[in-house]
Amino acid sequence: MNAFRRGKILLVLATISIALVAVVFAFQASLIPASRLMNPDALVKILQSSNTEKPLIIQVGSHVLYTEAHIPTSEYIGPASREIGLLQLRKRVEPLPRNKSIVLYCGCCPWNHCPNVKPADDALQAMGFTNVKVLYIANNFGADWVDKKYPVAKGD
Amino acid sequence: MSARNLLIGVAAVAVAFGISSLEHHLRSNYVHPAPVQRALAPDFSLPDLTGQRLDLASYRGKVVLLDFWATWCDPCREEIPRFVDLQAKYGSQGLQIIGVSMDDEPEPVRDFYPRYKMNYPVVMGNAKIGELYGGVLGLPISFLIERDGHIYAKHIGATDVSVFEKEIVNLLQSKVTPAQPSS
Repeated sequence: MNAFRRGKILLVLATISIALVAVVFAFQASLIPASRLMNPDALVKILQSSNTEKPLIIQVGSHVLYTEAHIPTSEYIGPASREIGLLQLRKRVEPLPRNKSIVLYCGCCPWNHCPNVKPADDALQAMGFTNVKVLYIANNFGADWVDKKYPVAKGD
Repeated sequence: MSARNLLIGVAAVAVAFGISSLEHHLRSNYVHPAPVQRALAPDFSLPDLTGQRLDLASYRGKVVLLDFWATWCDPCREEIPRFVDLQAKYGSQGLQIIGVSMDDEPEPVRDFYPRYKMNYPVVMGNAKIGELYGGVLGLPISFLIERDGHIYAKHIGATDVSVFEKEIVNLLQSKVTPAQPSS
């Protein structure tokens, strides 16, 4: 195979790779296994139950949006799409037992465009946490939680 | 490179971005209240990226596109170049786009602004303005405001630029009618 032909093949492969990366980036939250997703109504039931151990609920998105409205008892950590957010997340969960029930959520954007939940989930998986769920927010926190009259807290 | 190889590459890119764009558009939600229901856009005064206060009321008489966005929001970023084009095209006719960044700090916005050659002001938003506008709990959300200060449309999620342009052209042709004070 001459160099010119190898060059052509490499160029085509590079183009296809860029396309695949674009798809994966745009749909990264969709790569979280379905077994680790939790629907909002299921979390509401847990929150309202008096005899269920409550999970640690962590918001891994925007502080402005968290201040406006968040899930009661949830903690703000910071956007997990940025290193500072991931550092805070690791620091917060480091002392916890690895079977601790943890629920991650964001809700900043439509699910397939959320930049935060996948990196947060990856970080906890890498740390060995075995009981992590990611709240599946299809559109955004307003439409899929607040508008459904689920419990909400405001402020820091 | 042969035409076949080129076509394969172009098709792969087109499919990738086509899927992404289609998904955005399927997610967008459009609210267009009837004229009698149109509320006055809540006034606000917020700092822009230079620290100067921007008062929405000072833009009365213009058609205002108020865009709630953030630098970390993919669909928001994709809308920005289209808004830059709209501002360049219709600014002289009375369009004023105002960005309200819901980023937690101004630094990433200051970095973003020149990179995207933004040609309209951006203020730093907060939870208060989000609540003032009925809850900004997902991005992007855009409000199109008539010359008299009434909210003409609210677009939730990324919206096709042709939708904005059609509404803007329509509103630019309208005359200014002083808003009645709310009772």
